[in-house]
Amino acid sequence: MAFLLLRRLVQTALILLGVAAITFLLLYALPADPARMIAGRSATAQTVANIRRELGLDQPLLVQFWTYLQGLVQGDLGRSYAQKTDVGALIAARLPATLILMAAGIFVEVLLGIALGVLAAVRRGGFIDRLVMMASFVGVSAPQFVAALLLLYVFAVTLAWFPMSGFGTFAHVVLPALTLGILGAGWYARMVRSAMIDVLNQDYVRTARAKGLSSFRIVFRHALPNALLPVVAMIGIDIGQFMSGVVVVEAVYGWPGIGQLAWQAIQQVDIPIIMGVTLVSALAIVIGNLIADLVAPLIDPRIRAR
Amino acid sequence: MTATPVLSIDGLSVDALTPEGPRRVLDAVSFDLLSGETLCIAGESGSGKSVTSLAVMGLLPKTSLRIASGSIRLQGRELSKLSNSAMRSVRGGDVAMVFQEPMTSLNPVMSIGEQLTEAIREHQGSEGTTAGAVALRMLDAVHITEPARRLTQYPHELSGGMRQRVMIAMALSCRPKVLIADEPTTALDVTVQAQILTLMKELKQEFGASIILITHDMGVVAQMADRVVIMQQGRVIEQGDVSPIFRAPRERYTQDLLAAVPRLGAHAGTDGPPRVGPATATPFTPVSGPVLSVRDLVVHYGKKPTGLLGGKKQTAAVSDVSFDIFPGETLGLVGESGSGKSTTGKAVLGLIPFSGDVTIDGQDIGALSQRQMRPVRRSAQMIFQDPYASLDPRMAVGAAIAEPLVIHGIGNRSERTDRVAELLRRVGLQPDAASRYPHEFSGGQRQRICIARALAVNPKLIVADESVAALDVSVRARVLDLMLELQETMGLAYLFVSHDMAVIERMSHHVAVMRGGRIVEMGTRRAVFEDPQDAYTKALMAAVPLPDPAMRKSA
Repeated sequence: MAFLLLRRLVQTALILLGVAAITFLLLYALPADPARMIAGRSATAQTVANIRRELGLDQPLLVQFWTYLQGLVQGDLGRSYAQKTDVGALIAARLPATLILMAAGIFVEVLLGIALGVLAAVRRGGFIDRLVMMASFVGVSAPQFVAALLLLYVFAVTLAWFPMSGFGTFAHVVLPALTLGILGAGWYARMVRSAMIDVLNQDYVRTARAKGLSSFRIVFRHALPNALLPVVAMIGIDIGQFMSGVVVVEAVYGWPGIGQLAWQAIQQVDIPIIMGVTLVSALAIVIGNLIADLVAPLIDPRIRAR
Repeated sequence: MTATPVLSIDGLSVDALTPEGPRRVLDAVSFDLLSGETLCIAGESGSGKSVTSLAVMGLLPKTSLRIASGSIRLQGRELSKLSNSAMRSVRGGDVAMVFQEPMTSLNPVMSIGEQLTEAIREHQGSEGTTAGAVALRMLDAVHITEPARRLTQYPHELSGGMRQRVMIAMALSCRPKVLIADEPTTALDVTVQAQILTLMKELKQEFGASIILITHDMGVVAQMADRVVIMQQGRVIEQGDVSPIFRAPRERYTQDLLAAVPRLGAHAGTDGPPRVGPATATPFTPVSGPVLSVRDLVVHYGKKPTGLLGGKKQTAAVSDVSFDIFPGETLGLVGESGSGKSTTGKAVLGLIPFSGDVTIDGQDIGALSQRQMRPVRRSAQMIFQDPYASLDPRMAVGAAIAEPLVIHGIGNRSERTDRVAELLRRVGLQPDAASRYPHEFSGGQRQRICIARALAVNPKLIVADESVAALDVSVRARVLDLMLELQETMGLAYLFVSHDMAVIERMSHHVAVMRGGRIVEMGTRRAVFEDPQDAYTKALMAAVPLPDPAMRKSA
C-alpha cells in the first residue's frame, strides 16, 4: 500500500510536469498578446513593452517556464494579470463551491444511475428496460443548458421551490446538482445495466438462486457489488471532470465555481489563471483515479490480493 | 434400504421457447429417486440431463424454457405447480444443488463464511452465532483444513478442489433430502476428483441425503451409482441397477456409449497406438532425426521487475523440460492443471517467450525473428481445446481452412479451393462444407475442421492441446481415430497434451508426466503405463475412475 502511494506520488509529479509544459507551450503559441490586452486599445507601444517586461513576457520561453516551475514547487501559482491577485488565492476562493457542486452532482448521478441501471437489467427486454434506455439516451445527448433552463423554468420560476441562482444555502445547490446528476445518470444507468446483465448470468448468481435466497438479496447483495467496479472507475473520472469546472451549469445558475473563473481568464488571456486551473484539474483527475483505485479493493477482494 | 421414492419424476416434458415456436428438449422423462440411493443420470451433451435437474430446482430460465407437462413430486408434494415463494423454501432447503464449475460458482466478493451462513439463516431461521457454528461444522465435515480461517477467506484464495468442498458443505448445510450434483468433478483434476467422489459417498451416509449425480463420465457412474438413468436427446433411453447396465446394456445407444469409453490399460502389451487405417494403406516409413527437439526449456510468467515503476516477480511455469519427437510418433504430455503442459505446448511453437533450445525440423527457433519464423510455422501447427471458440463465426469454413495457405502464399484461388475440398474429404467431411459457417456444425465436426486447417500447410508436427477434452466420448473416439489415421498415412508427429490418462494411453508412443512445471517421468508408453516408477504417476493412474462397477474403489 505504501509502495502504491509512493509510486502514485512520483507518477503524479510527472503528470503535472507534463501538463504544465504542454499548457505553457500552447498558451505561448496563442496569437493573442496578454500585454496588449492588459494595456488596453489606446495604449502606446511603449506602455505595452513596459507591461511585457514587468510580466517577464520578453524573456525566452524556457526561462519563463523555468521561473514558473520554480514558483510552482513552492506552491506559488503566480499572479493574475487582470485581477492583480494571487492565483492560488483566487482558486482557493472558488474551491468550496466547486467541491460542493461536484459532490452533490456525483451523488445524484450515481444514485439515479445505479437505481435505473439495476431496474433495467432485472426487467431486461421489458417495457421498463426500454423506457430507462430511452431516457438515458436523452440524458446522455441533451445539452447541459437545455436541461438547466428547463429545470430552472419548472422548479424556480413556475413552482418557485428553489432560488433562481446564487450560492450559500442547501436550496441553492439542488438545481445545479440535479442538472448534472440527471444528465450524468444516463452514462451510469447504461453501464450498470450492461454490467448487471453480465453478472446476473454468472454461475454464482445461479448458486445463490439454488440456495433459495430472495430476489432482493440476490440482486443487491450477490450481483450489484460485482457490477460496481466500472462505476467506481467512472466516479474517479467524474471527480476530475467536475473539478475542472462545469462552465455552462455554473453560468446558468450563477454558481461561483472554478469553471467561471477559467472562462473569464480565457477571455482575458490571463495566462497564470489558465495555468493554475489546468493544473488543479489535472491534479483532481489524478486524485479521482487514486480514490477509485483505493476504493476498488474494498469492493473486490481479488484486487486486494495483488 | 427402504424403497420409497423421495423424488418422483413422471412424464416430465420441457419446451424451449424459440422464435419458431416451442421445441421439445425434454420428452416424457420419468424416474424415481429412492431414499438413500445414488442415482446417476448419464448422457452426452444435449441429452437433457442438466435441464432435468434445473426443472427439479425450479430454476429453468423463464424466458427460454417452460415445463409443458408432467409432474415432479418430492415426498408426494408436487413441485412443478408451487409458487415462487414456496419453491424458495424447497430450493436449498429440501433439494440442494452442486454445480460443475467450482471456480465460478462462488461469489468472488463475498467471504466463504457469509456464503455458507446465508443459506443456513434463510432455511433454518437460526441466529448469527448458531449459523456460524453450523458453517464451521460443515467445513469440518467436508475435511477442509483450518475451517475457522476459511470462513473469513474469499473464493479466490481457495483451490478448485477446496471450492467444490465448500459448495458441497453449502448444499448439505440445511440437511436436504435430495442433493443434485451436476458434473461436480468434471472441472477438477483427476486426483481431486477421486477425493471429492469419496467425500460424497461418505457424506451421503452421514447426512442421509439421496443423491442425483449428473455426469458424462461412465467411470464416475461405475464408481458412484446404485442405479443409472441413461439419457439421449431429451429422452430416458434405459434405466436400472448399475451392474446389469454395465454388464449387459439392453439399448444400442448404451452399448455404443460404453464401448466408446477409453479404458485405462486397454492397450497394455503394445508399444504404439492401435492401427486404424485400412490394412492396404502403406504405412509411413520413418526417416531419421527428430521433428521437434527440446532442450532445457524454461518459461517464466510475469515481466522482469524494473525498478520503481516495474511489474511483479517472475515465476517459472516450466523448468528444465527436454524431449524429442520423431516423425510418425506421438509424445503424450500428461499432467494436472498448473503442471505446465499447455505452456510447454505453446512455447515449443514460439507462441510465448522461453529460454532453452527448441529445434523444429532442424531449425533452432529461439534464434529466429518473427519473419524468419514463418516458414518454420508451416511445418508445425496447433489444434486447440475449444472447437467452438477457435473458429471465427463470421468466416466460412472453406475460408478458414484456406487462411493458412493465403498467409503462406501457397497456390492461387482455384488451387486453394481444390486443396480445401481435398482436406475436408480427408477429415471425413463433405467438400460442400466449405461454403457453410461454423455454427452449422457440431463440436466434433468443428474439431475436424480445425484439424483440416492445421493440415492445410502440410505440417510435420501438430501440437494438440486438450483437443478432445470438450467433446462427448463417442465423438471423441472418432476424432482420435482420425488423428491416428492421419499419422499413419502422413507420418505426422504429435505433441499430444492432455489431462486424461486413458486418452494419452490410446494416442501415445512416448509419454511424459509433468508436475509443477517439470517432467517427473518420461518413457515409452508401455514403460510408463505398465511399470510407472514415479509416485506421482502411480497416484495419477490410481485416481482414474474405472468404468466398471465391479472394480469399485471402497469409500
